Amino acid sequence: MSSYALKERVFHHLTKFFAFLVLFFLVAIFVVLLVKAYPAIEAFGFDFLTDEKWAPNLGIFGGFPAIYGSFISTLIAMLLAVPVAIGIAIFLSEVAPSRLKSPMGVSIELLAAIPSVVYGMWGLFYFAPLMRDLVGGNGLGLFTAGFILSLMILPFIAAITRDSLNTTPQILKESAYALGATKWDVIKDVMIPYAKAGIIGSVILALGRAFGETMAVTFVMGNVHNVPDSIFQAATSIPATLANEFNEADTELYYSSLFFLALILFIISFAIISLAKFHFLKRRKKVSDRKHKWHKLVKQWRRK
Amino acid sequence: MEKEIIDLEVKDFSFRYAGASADSLKKINLPIIKNKVTALIGPSGCGKTTLLRSLNRIHDLYPGNEYRGEVNFEGRNILSADEDLIHLRTRIGMIFQKPTAFPMSIYENIAYGLKLQGIKDKTVLSGRIEKALKGGALWGEVKERLNDEADALSGGQQQRLCISRAIAVEPEIILFDEPTSALDPISTEAIEKLIMELKDEVTIVIVTHNMQQAQRISDYTAFMYLGDLIEYGETDKIFNNPDEELTKQYISGQFG
Amino acid sequence: MSATDRRKVINKIVLATSTLFAVIGIFFLFWILFVLLKNGFEALNLSIFFNDGAPPLSVEELEILNKSREGLELSEFEQEELSWIEISGLRHAIIGQLMLAFGATLVGVPIGILAGTYVREYGADSKFANLIRDLSDVMMSAPSIVIGTFVYAIVVSPTGGFSGYAGIVALAIMMLPIILRTTDDMLGLVSNTLREAAIALGAPKYKMIMQVVYRGAKVGILTGILLAVARIAGETAPLLFTSFNTNFFETNLTEPIASLTVTMFNYATSPYEDWQQLGWAAALILAGFVLGLNIVGRVLLSMKHISTKKIFKKRKR
Ligand SMILES: Nc1ncnc2c1ncn2[C@@H]1O[C@H](COP(=O)(O)OP(=O)(O)OP(=O)(O)O)[C@@H](O)[C@H]1O
Ligand SMILES: [Mg+2]
Repeated sequence: MSSYALKERVFHHLTKFFAFLVLFFLVAIFVVLLVKAYPAIEAFGFDFLTDEKWAPNLGIFGGFPAIYGSFISTLIAMLLAVPVAIGIAIFLSEVAPSRLKSPMGVSIELLAAIPSVVYGMWGLFYFAPLMRDLVGGNGLGLFTAGFILSLMILPFIAAITRDSLNTTPQILKESAYALGATKWDVIKDVMIPYAKAGIIGSVILALGRAFGETMAVTFVMGNVHNVPDSIFQAATSIPATLANEFNEADTELYYSSLFFLALILFIISFAIISLAKFHFLKRRKKVSDRKHKWHKLVKQWRRK
Repeated sequence: MEKEIIDLEVKDFSFRYAGASADSLKKINLPIIKNKVTALIGPSGCGKTTLLRSLNRIHDLYPGNEYRGEVNFEGRNILSADEDLIHLRTRIGMIFQKPTAFPMSIYENIAYGLKLQGIKDKTVLSGRIEKALKGGALWGEVKERLNDEADALSGGQQQRLCISRAIAVEPEIILFDEPTSALDPISTEAIEKLIMELKDEVTIVIVTHNMQQAQRISDYTAFMYLGDLIEYGETDKIFNNPDEELTKQYISGQFG
Repeated sequence: MSATDRRKVINKIVLATSTLFAVIGIFFLFWILFVLLKNGFEALNLSIFFNDGAPPLSVEELEILNKSREGLELSEFEQEELSWIEISGLRHAIIGQLMLAFGATLVGVPIGILAGTYVREYGADSKFANLIRDLSDVMMSAPSIVIGTFVYAIVVSPTGGFSGYAGIVALAIMMLPIILRTTDDMLGLVSNTLREAAIALGAPKYKMIMQVVYRGAKVGILTGILLAVARIAGETAPLLFTSFNTNFFETNLTEPIASLTVTMFNYATSPYEDWQQLGWAAALILAGFVLGLNIVGRVLLSMKHISTKKIFKKRKR
């Protein structure tokens, strides 16, 4: 074998091995979390998902408050962020004067890059006190966390939605205007339907992000394991519990319960992100793919 | 010969694109005769599209463009600042170079302009849609599948869909910008035939690069060159016995 | 009111509402930015870059320190006190952060580039390559804290303690899919005629890739690296139980290492005012670093006339 051929094979297999690592890590994360969570799974079973009591000193662990907190804070974040983000996207793509469009768009994109821990700090020092004055209590809790999450995902949704809206061909918009449509008619009847998949995909992806976000939430959740009566009371979420308690866990069961929570978070996030990616943000299938399928069918048919 | 009524009157009309340093249209004077087909011809970049798009003020979608002069429609200057553009565009329809089916079903595409006008009644809608599709010479091909997505149609069918969509709202004038330049000869023929049928009901202005097409379907022709209107007259005259040397050169294919 | 009039009114209302929403959203985002800049710059001074972590100051000590910084006259007792005060800084966290980011880049970038090379140059449209693409997209958006717990389980637990290495592993794992996908995309922009020309000259594929394709995609890949570094530099969650944190200057990667992000978290949630201020300074330095990388990436791309949107969207997704 020539030395080129050998080097070629080495290079080929080395790159393949590294590509394989992605698959390996995803599977490994799942397996390792599952193994580590096993003692807790054995001890609590599926009741872990619904048990409300979390008492490390008694060796009792129920995941419901954290799971509930994750869902509710994410829900609040989505309810606040989605309409505002779409409003911003519409503003950026259709309403803003043209010399504002680009600088504003860029700043929104840059804001999406600010580390989430900064949002969390702002929440702790500025928004939580505001909430304390407005609704009483200590200002921490599901609403505060949801609000900060909503700000964190706002630029993200707005930027992708604007990009999706902007993919609408100009001539399609002009045709609607030529029928006597108003700007809003064009947005809702032509641009939004055209960009629908991209918008929904970005919203679901943002949901996945909010659900797994740690730092924007941990500062302001209050971090108590209970299911609060109101969204203005302290609570916790899966990432917040992990961030706060992982380094304090002193028994195997405690650790294992935290890994169980991490496993739940991983599975739910995986499901949400996959839905967004594979259903809505799917890479466009090339025409050649379709042809390919067709050839296959013809071949199968011939074999019969 | 019946009496000619001027539907749209372009008077001393100049147009400048936002940020441009010169006018793209210079003092154009042109009558658009009712229930006739007027063709705009001229070499690429001479301003045909620009003029056509001024007639329904679609240019207004982009800020900074400048109109001067008049375009009179029923005694009003539609270039005036207080013109109701939404209403104007329901009366002056437009067909583009490429088919522009909306991402909706065939039915919804035609219903779109009607719904904008507040027509919601199902039976009225269905009646008007059928009429429009028949008028657009598409009914036979799509009546079985009105609820299919419009982009499943062929290019020629989509263009006829767009024409149907435009005539559904019963405009008085329809503007065509090279409507067949993206189509095959058979679809082109279908659309030319359609245009000639339409002129009983509506006034038509059509931009075309195809000189045979202009001769086949138009009653009047305007020849433009570098933003100027060089010559206007009956199509036969323009093509057989033009007054201007420039026109003669253009129609004999010496430039453009 | 006619249907058309109603539409016009609705149009006005909706567009006004969207403008209002934009104003509200942008108000809050700029509030955050303003707070970050104000508190950050107030807390920022040179000593931050030369001092490491120190115990928090008492209220009296803080008062004296602030007085001296404002240039006010100090009593003899106060001067005596001042000389004893140990001022805390962020040198340990800045160096720690740089070591972690650099380490992760050193590990993650070559692996990511080679993996991306496989996906584009060898895998192309195969099932395996597409699976890796899809999984990378998912992994890119996976909760970073889960990666932290995973690395805790596979590195921290077996080695018996937190370490800089564990932090580097966590960040490198996060980088892998990002680098993989940008490499994939950027190589895809290299025209096939270039590849064919190289092959026609008799170059073996790996040489064609290394000498021709990489060169063509250089700027794009570099931008991808910058953006990936920016992304992981802002991460706190995966470091909480891997590299952990320390208040001391530490360059030994087998020991816990400070990072700006975790330091920020710890200082901000502490009850001490001087620590909280340091937290803001850390936030400003970090955000400056991350935004700086983003801006450099953008400029690089615009110079190369590659559609910025494409990459930025990819990364966001
Ligand atoms: N959006 C625009 N901004 C500035 N100038 C423009 C714009 N669109 C067209 N122009 C200029 O206006 C002039 C007329 O263009 P127009 O599109 O009307 O030509 P046309 O006769 O329709 O040509 P074609 O046959 O190629 O379609 C050209 O010089 C063109 O460069
Ligand atoms: Mg034109």
